[in-house]
Amino acid sequence: MSDQAVAVNRGGPTDKTLRIDAWWVEPAVTVGMLSTFLIYTTWAALVNEHYYVAPYLSPFYSPCLSTSCAHVTLGLFDWPLSPAILILWAPAGFRLTCYYYRKAYYRSFWMSPPACAVRDGHAQYSGETRFPLLMQNLHRYFFYAATLVVLFLWWDALLAFRFPTTDGGSEFGLGLGTLVLIANAAFLSLYSFSCHSCRHLCGGGLDVLSQSPLRLKLWRQVSRLNENHMLFAWISLVGVMLTDVYVRFISMGYISDVRFF
Amino acid sequence: MASEFTMRVWRGDLSGGEFKDYRVEAQEGMVVLDVIHTIQATQAPDLAVRWNCKAGKCGSCSAEINGKPRLLCMTRMNLFEPGETITISPIKTFPLLRDLVTDVSFNYEKAKKIPALKLKAKEADGTRRMYQDDVDRVQEFHKCIECFLCQDVCHVIRDHEDNKPEFAGPRSFVRLASLEMHPLDEEDRREFLKGDAGLGYCNITKCCTEVCPEGIHITDNAIIPLKERVVDAYYDPVVWLMNKLTGK
Ligand code: SF4
Ligand code: SF4
Ligand code: FES
Ligand code: FES
Repeated sequence: MSDQAVAVNRGGPTDKTLRIDAWWVEPAVTVGMLSTFLIYTTWAALVNEHYYVAPYLSPFYSPCLSTSCAHVTLGLFDWPLSPAILILWAPAGFRLTCYYYRKAYYRSFWMSPPACAVRDGHAQYSGETRFPLLMQNLHRYFFYAATLVVLFLWWDALLAFRFPTTDGGSEFGLGLGTLVLIANAAFLSLYSFSCHSCRHLCGGGLDVLSQSPLRLKLWRQVSRLNENHMLFAWISLVGVMLTDVYVRFISMGYISDVRFF
Repeated sequence: MASEFTMRVWRGDLSGGEFKDYRVEAQEGMVVLDVIHTIQATQAPDLAVRWNCKAGKCGSCSAEINGKPRLLCMTRMNLFEPGETITISPIKTFPLLRDLVTDVSFNYEKAKKIPALKLKAKEADGTRRMYQDDVDRVQEFHKCIECFLCQDVCHVIRDHEDNKPEFAGPRSFVRLASLEMHPLDEEDRREFLKGDAGLGYCNITKCCTEVCPEGIHITDNAIIPLKERVVDAYYDPVVWLMNKLTGK
């Protein structure tokens, strides 16, 4: 731990912090949650099996762009590795550069600072002024890419109403998995459209909003969603993981889907 | 009903100091500033503390209470358990003058550098008009009482003295946002934000927002929108290409 704060004498106490509350709980929980998600997602994306059971496609493998997919969304070419790799960079980059997650991991993993009024874990600090953290400024491009992926997830949710029949055809139906896929797409949409970059692009970048009534309206809506961006970030993170677990467990035969009709 | 507390107050100046304990009785309804005044009146007449309004409006009485940046006059004693020891220290980021009083001139120096409002030309009828829809957004920023608690808590300068010349701090960003989003302003402060103001040093960890006694959403409504505007000007390859092509 560095003592650079006291290198210049400002007077006053020099303790790392004088806080007496459990300030370390929040960063600890964040590390636990994000690590769990990272480990599970990496594994699920690389195993390259049990990601499709008709009519449900795991969100980690959607859109499936390889012709060798268990369920091809858009067969662009034949890809020898897990098709998840082809698309997961978009949502992964979106979350990595998200203004909320930046706060979460700068505090918890990087301890810069671990909590408010608790000394920074590093002697030197240049924030986001240099490479690689300068790249956080590309967040809006991940917003575009990840939003495209969300559109495919809505498509998957629609396809989840079309169940295969024994004679090789298909019929309209509703299973618990259909609802799971719809909820997943909805949570991810709330997360995407509450994004700060989205808020800026919708109207935040204008000084005179009153001249653009449509953008003013959009900006107001997105601003309202944006207030809950952190909540949507967590719900959609857990949601997408559980959606994969659900599809995977059915596909592996651990559970069977509930079919309402 | 009165309750007794131990107030552990920092006493000293740049040449050194230490915490001193004072046992004080707090009457119902008292705030921390009242208790500090009781100490002044009964035990330590030379205890230095800055205050003015006792109403959370002048921004003078900033300090750290049990390590958290807060206003002394807006922190009620009933937040604490009777008998508890409460630590009161000066705000950490600025040089100490004496006891609980620091020299906050850093913030005024930073304020002087902010490019002022530059009004657009008048309309044909000789007036300038603003609409409520446009003013709503900047009104939040005008609530700032310049308590500098956000500047105090910001780790960029709190823990890294060497960043002070490069970084204007959250209070400045609130002011900059109020000007930059002003419907009648035509100054472009994006270069200043990226350069002299050091907006890139902020890693949006939101401590400024957490401590702001006026509840200004400093990070969400001022800093991040400003960061996005800087992206427009400097980091968006498509905007850059468009500007090149259109000769802007
Ligand atoms: S959000 Fe930025 S300006 Fe605010 S305290 Fe954190 S680093 Fe400082
Ligand atoms: S923005 Fe809030 S915390 Fe910062 S100086 Fe103004 S009132 Fe104080
Ligand atoms: S997704 Fe979180 S700010 Fe854009
Ligand atoms: S004395 Fe004015 S804000 Fe506390």
